[in-house]
Amino acid sequence: MQAWQDFIPGQWMLEVNVRDFIQKNYKPYDGDNGFLAGPTEKTNRLWSRCRELLALERSRAGVLAIDSDTPITITSHVPGYIDREQEIIVGLQTDAPLKRGLNVYGGLRTAVKACKAFGSEPDEQIVNFFKLHRRTHNDGVFTVYTPEMRTARRVGIITGLPDSYGRGRIIGDYRRVPLYGVDFLIQTKENDRQMLNPDMNSATIQIREELFDQIKALEDLKIMAKTYGLDISVPAVNAREAVQWLYLAYLAAIKQQNGAAMSLGRATTFLDIYMERDLQKGLITEAEAQELIDQLVIKLRLVRHLRTPEYNDIFAGDPSWVTEAIGGSGIDGRHQVTRTSFRMLHTLENLGTAPEPNMTVLWSSRLPRPFVEYCAHLSIKTCALQYENDDIMREYYGDDYGIACCVSGMRLGREMQFFGARCNLAKLLLFAINGGRDEITGEQVGVEMPVYEADCLDFEEILRRFKIQMNWLTKLYVNTMNVIHYMHDKYAYESVQMALHDSTVHRYMAFGIAGLSVVADSLSAIKYARVKPIKDQRGLITEFKIEGNFPKFGNDDNRVDELAVEIIKTFTRKLKKQPTYRDAEHTLSILTITSNVMYGKHTGSTPDGRKKGEPLAPGANPLHGREENGALAACNSVAKLPYHYARDGISYTFSAVPRTLGQTDAEMVKNLAAVLEGYFNQEAHHINVNVLNLETLQDAMEHPENYPDLTIRVSGYAVHFTKLNREQQEEIIMRTFYKRL
Amino acid sequence: MKGRIHSVDTFSTVDGPGIRTVIFMQGCTLRCQYCHNPDTWNPSAKTAKEYSAEEITALIVRNSNYFAASGGGVTFSGGEPLLQYEFVREVLSRCRQQQIHTALDTSLYVPPETVRAILPYTRLVLADIKHIKAEKSRQITGQSNQLNLANLQLVNRAKVEIWIRYVIVPGLTDAETDLLQMAEFISPLDSVSRIDLLPYHTLGRHKWELLGLKYQLPEVDPPTPSHLEKIQNALQNVSGKPVYILH
Repeated sequence: MQAWQDFIPGQWMLEVNVRDFIQKNYKPYDGDNGFLAGPTEKTNRLWSRCRELLALERSRAGVLAIDSDTPITITSHVPGYIDREQEIIVGLQTDAPLKRGLNVYGGLRTAVKACKAFGSEPDEQIVNFFKLHRRTHNDGVFTVYTPEMRTARRVGIITGLPDSYGRGRIIGDYRRVPLYGVDFLIQTKENDRQMLNPDMNSATIQIREELFDQIKALEDLKIMAKTYGLDISVPAVNAREAVQWLYLAYLAAIKQQNGAAMSLGRATTFLDIYMERDLQKGLITEAEAQELIDQLVIKLRLVRHLRTPEYNDIFAGDPSWVTEAIGGSGIDGRHQVTRTSFRMLHTLENLGTAPEPNMTVLWSSRLPRPFVEYCAHLSIKTCALQYENDDIMREYYGDDYGIACCVSGMRLGREMQFFGARCNLAKLLLFAINGGRDEITGEQVGVEMPVYEADCLDFEEILRRFKIQMNWLTKLYVNTMNVIHYMHDKYAYESVQMALHDSTVHRYMAFGIAGLSVVADSLSAIKYARVKPIKDQRGLITEFKIEGNFPKFGNDDNRVDELAVEIIKTFTRKLKKQPTYRDAEHTLSILTITSNVMYGKHTGSTPDGRKKGEPLAPGANPLHGREENGALAACNSVAKLPYHYARDGISYTFSAVPRTLGQTDAEMVKNLAAVLEGYFNQEAHHINVNVLNLETLQDAMEHPENYPDLTIRVSGYAVHFTKLNREQQEEIIMRTFYKRL
Repeated sequence: MKGRIHSVDTFSTVDGPGIRTVIFMQGCTLRCQYCHNPDTWNPSAKTAKEYSAEEITALIVRNSNYFAASGGGVTFSGGEPLLQYEFVREVLSRCRQQQIHTALDTSLYVPPETVRAILPYTRLVLADIKHIKAEKSRQITGQSNQLNLANLQLVNRAKVEIWIRYVIVPGLTDAETDLLQMAEFISPLDSVSRIDLLPYHTLGRHKWELLGLKYQLPEVDPPTPSHLEKIQNALQNVSGKPVYILH
């Protein structure tokens, strides 16, 4: 077969096994970035057209256009182009670039609300049809939610749940389409279907129905490709087709689903095999190889979903988390850096900096030095990269996993997750003090107990109460998630993404906590200083008087860092007691996205001295201004948080002023690489790196029009700084930027 | 033995090679007019923290990973670290046992015996020259530079690597003849491997006010890049040493 000519044969030829194909065929690249090519004329012309459209989008409150008349599906829209003459890689979500589709299946109410927020009216017939005949995910969830679940959600103890938007965090193995062609994949699914247990129970029936939908989705994928004149029923025969087939598979996913995070996966090493073959044969030049990646990335930068304004509070800056994992190491000891890893990163130079795709460097001690230096160089120049520790993840996910959203690892095509947003642990601590009553509204939400009585908070007593509240919360949290994911599977099933998975998948259920450092510091204050509670007229404790000093998270001080570790372990253990929908494996993230601002707003004063309404720290970061011993002490504290108990990821954002890294470019690169090495060698999980001057951000707040591309990493993803609201911008400026006078 | 420490910074890239953990010791006898850390002067300041040699060593060792990756290590600064030289020596000795690169950032305005006692324990001395002329040194620091220059010779003879640090304050430390005289002084010192110029800035000024001190230095603008470059070239030519401008 021409498509597989010159590839080293293996198991991958007989069954769907992309990893086997990669391992047998990829060539690690140890060299530097010297070989890279600049953008071609076509790319330049195409991207400059996109820049005009992006400027227009910014000028229209962030939404260029909405197609509110056509519920979006894989095949709903006629082909769309940006500039057909210049496009090497084709395919758009709707019939025009940046035009957002109406996704109803996630939630009718949400879809209508999102349309209206941007001055558009959804088609009346569609709305009526869904109202009368078709329940959506959001409605499904709310028909089942208990009063307790609604209250927990309303007061903000559990928030941001994917009950009114697509859950996302599922990564189709899009590489399967170029490698096998869709027909092979359909055949595989048909075979799987025949092999199912014939004894009908609800689990088997559900799987049978899902497989039916998956096959239908694959058929639709072919039809959609056909409209672009492409036959993807067969494998890709060259690099251009490989990129195109891969993108079409991804495109089908983002047409069908508006999940919060829609990762691309781990494509570069896979694509490199096709690039190398074509380069060897002289079929393409380096400039053409780069052009394919540049044009793919242009498409990924245009991914858009229609969102409500509320959504922006928790996921600010209109992100789509087209996360692409780059690098890492194989279990055989070879690193997985290829020339195409460089080409992907190089798009930040060819097209300028941007938050998408969310480039995630899988750090390993085995990465070749020139690659690490190139990444560090780009971090300093663009702030667009995040790094995650492949050396600790490989143990759990092998060497062919991707990152969903920000920090969630999963084996590609073999594992998926049920995304569960996060709960507010800082608020839960206040519940422990106030006997389960919400400190803002005063209503009884958590486990009822007397409001704390003594003059001074006692560590053992508060911890005892905290654990009781945790028992309640973990149970409620798991149950709420069970409802959500049952309904999501039922009403908004990701059939094309799941079609690009094995038929038997391992499922995670990913919980999250916000406010870790505030809780650790609060417990530390209670333990090592004297914290006197102050009651308000309702009899609730809403202020605290702190006497004396106490160790604070972020200073590499075990006395408090161990409290943070203990909180994570305890919470995870409690979660695991509660059975999950489809026997998913419980995991936990320490990640807030940008919701730390909104969570803080809804959280009263805490015993660590943080005042009511002030933001919590993002992810696993120390609370701003509490790091007294400089950046690496903060890194060391975060590095102590145990990944084994927080398998859904531990997000840490490091921001430094350029000069603190060194006096020359070479020194800065060397020192940043050393920070990464020193941090990850302690088994830390994740780091966002921002290198920029505070003045730049301040100026960008005043003159956003001058900074359309200014990118900054927040909690596990990157955003255009000017797309954040003022509160979120201020919170970022408040964060500790490491610098010396 | 306890040391009185003003603060710790685990991430410096200017106080010696690679990534440094810098220990700022409390107390200084100089009163430099441009000092940006006047809060380190008072040796008995209540804000200082006390650490045992063991505790501070443990804190330093925690960063060994970063030292190894960057060729960095620990730097004692201040204040004047040599005012607590017994403590500093103890910690440096412990660090050297752990193969950590050691450096001292000192004014060298201390008795020669102190310098002699500490030298075997440090691999690098970041040595200030406040001013090459005795009377101007007195004006800037309140003390003559005799000890400073003699100690510099002493360190040089002991063959411990030296980086000279010199603050450029327009109108005060940038007279051409003075700079040339300093360059000629440095030129024969074989242990000096580089000269760092620190352009004066006013970012520390608010600390003086917080401490109720009167900032005596007249309003001067920080030196311009072209002025700094001129000084850099002149010093480089005469001293024969590489000169860096730190920002």
